Amino acid sequence: MVKKKKSFWQKLKDNRVYLLLVAPGTLFLIIFFYIPVLANVVAFQNFQYSDQGFIYSLFHSPWVGFQNFEFFFKSADFWIVLRNTLGYNLAFLFLNFFFAIFFGIVMSQLRNRKLLKVYQTSMLFPYFLSWAVLAFFIYAFLSPDKGIINHIIQSMGGKPIDFYNTPSVWPGLLIFLGVWKGIGYNSILYFATAMGINPEYYEAAMIDGANKWEQIKNVTLPAILPVATLMLILNIGGIFRSDFGLFYLIPRNSGTLINVSQTFDTYIYRALTTTNDIGMSTAAGLLQSVVGMLLIIITNMIVRKKQPDAALF
Amino acid sequence: MRKKKHISAVDIRSFSKGPNIFFNILLAILALSCVLPFFFIIVLSLTKESDITTYGYQFWPKHWTFASYEYLGRMGGQVLESFGVSIFVTVIGTLMNSLFSSTYAYAISRRDFAFARFFTIFALVSMLFTPGMVPTYLVVTQMLGLKDNVWALILPACFGVYNVLIMRTFFKTSIPEAILESARVDGAGEIKIFTDIVVPMAIPGIATISLFTCLSYWNDWFNAMLYMTNTKMIPLQYLLVQISNNIQYMSQTISAGGSALAAGQTLPSEGMRFAIVVVATLPIALTYPFFQKYFVKGMTIGGVKG
Repeated sequence: MVKKKKSFWQKLKDNRVYLLLVAPGTLFLIIFFYIPVLANVVAFQNFQYSDQGFIYSLFHSPWVGFQNFEFFFKSADFWIVLRNTLGYNLAFLFLNFFFAIFFGIVMSQLRNRKLLKVYQTSMLFPYFLSWAVLAFFIYAFLSPDKGIINHIIQSMGGKPIDFYNTPSVWPGLLIFLGVWKGIGYNSILYFATAMGINPEYYEAAMIDGANKWEQIKNVTLPAILPVATLMLILNIGGIFRSDFGLFYLIPRNSGTLINVSQTFDTYIYRALTTTNDIGMSTAAGLLQSVVGMLLIIITNMIVRKKQPDAALF
Repeated sequence: MRKKKHISAVDIRSFSKGPNIFFNILLAILALSCVLPFFFIIVLSLTKESDITTYGYQFWPKHWTFASYEYLGRMGGQVLESFGVSIFVTVIGTLMNSLFSSTYAYAISRRDFAFARFFTIFALVSMLFTPGMVPTYLVVTQMLGLKDNVWALILPACFGVYNVLIMRTFFKTSIPEAILESARVDGAGEIKIFTDIVVPMAIPGIATISLFTCLSYWNDWFNAMLYMTNTKMIPLQYLLVQISNNIQYMSQTISAGGSALAAGQTLPSEGMRFAIVVVATLPIALTYPFFQKYFVKGMTIGGVKG
């Protein structure tokens, strides 16, 4: 097939139907991705609203270099935010990984298929509920005067706990809730992968005298590894992000819990809405995005060297 | 031969009897904890108000009543309006997202589209970097001027790159080039091919992404919290957040010695609050068993590999 080199305009004309099909998506990406990405320059500005439109303000706000970043780094909040975000995410990374693989494998080995369906359907349910809804449910347990837990404590003669003013219980509680909400969803992928393994491998392992644990270790886990690696790359990029609803709604915006519940996202939101500090909140967000991107690229590079099939790109 | 037939794939993979019982119990407890929230909330919405005040929240109240729902039916102006907003945003948003994502995916999945590679990368780049809450906020409020406008709840999510990837895989794997080729030979135009052949074949894929999108629109309260600050046009989920904030606010004023009424807030009764939670969750709970399997499919066939 010999192709004549067509002019660019001719090429555009030939592809006009396809171009029409990508047009809405392209417009969306320009408005809600590319322009906001460029708008991150306000992190280096002292942003000032003007009535001549956003683009005008963007070009005419005074530049302040890294002042917004400095301001953020020097604030007492920075270390708390960094500690919480990293701490919670490392816990989620590890626990989600462990429990998702654990339950994925367990479900693939259950004998009763009908019961399995029931378990899976139930376990997936919280994933589809918003934190706004779950906040009410959790409050019904933790409410200081009417909550079920305090009811039980009191009926056993104990002293009720004012949960929303007791920071020490929250790290464990938030981690538990985060893992609990996602477990059904997270385990599906590993379940499906484990189900896709050719039964002959197990047969061969049994003939070699492998017991259940050895079968899982030598047949199931290696088959799951590429999927697990891919998920790891995707999740590592999010290590500076947090589930906003979990950290904002579940502690009910309680002042005493800020120290244990403030993450990058809630910090940015509060800085934007309460102090209206556009420069600094953008700087914090930009830091979050850049670190996330670097982490994805680095992890992917390492994975590509060791295990080319599992790399994302 | 007979023996071999007896060992089915399930048997080979399965636990032996003892561990099977153990893991069944473990999973049953976990599964129960996952459906519990919804049943608990239904029970609370049917609990008599005075029971909640005297005994607190209970799994099995002494008196059952429909009063909260009756009250909601008579007095629920804001709830009704919010329900309408939620429905509108979910329906329009889902239609837009599935349409735009599928057409984009179809174009970049075609080998004869000269710019397929460019537009693939153009979309994929957005998965690597997040523009951030504040710049997006500035674009929506300053550039598009959508503060307190219901479109601020729809437009920021009316296209999804993840959906594009699912659909692209779907188009590539399940629509044979030969069918499109023969339609072309028969003289069908590209648009006709898309609407008459591709779309009907892609229904399972479109259903999958529509459900993902539908749920995220229905469950969204964050955009409303960000953009709908001076209006009553708020979705149900954000109404719940507001009620929840007001409770917190009032309990703080009370403990600070102020009177609850001084805050000037009208707060729905306990039972009514839970009735609103039920109304916000019911559409999901009712349709959930049907669409649940699509999620499993979407997750496993779609893949994320670029």
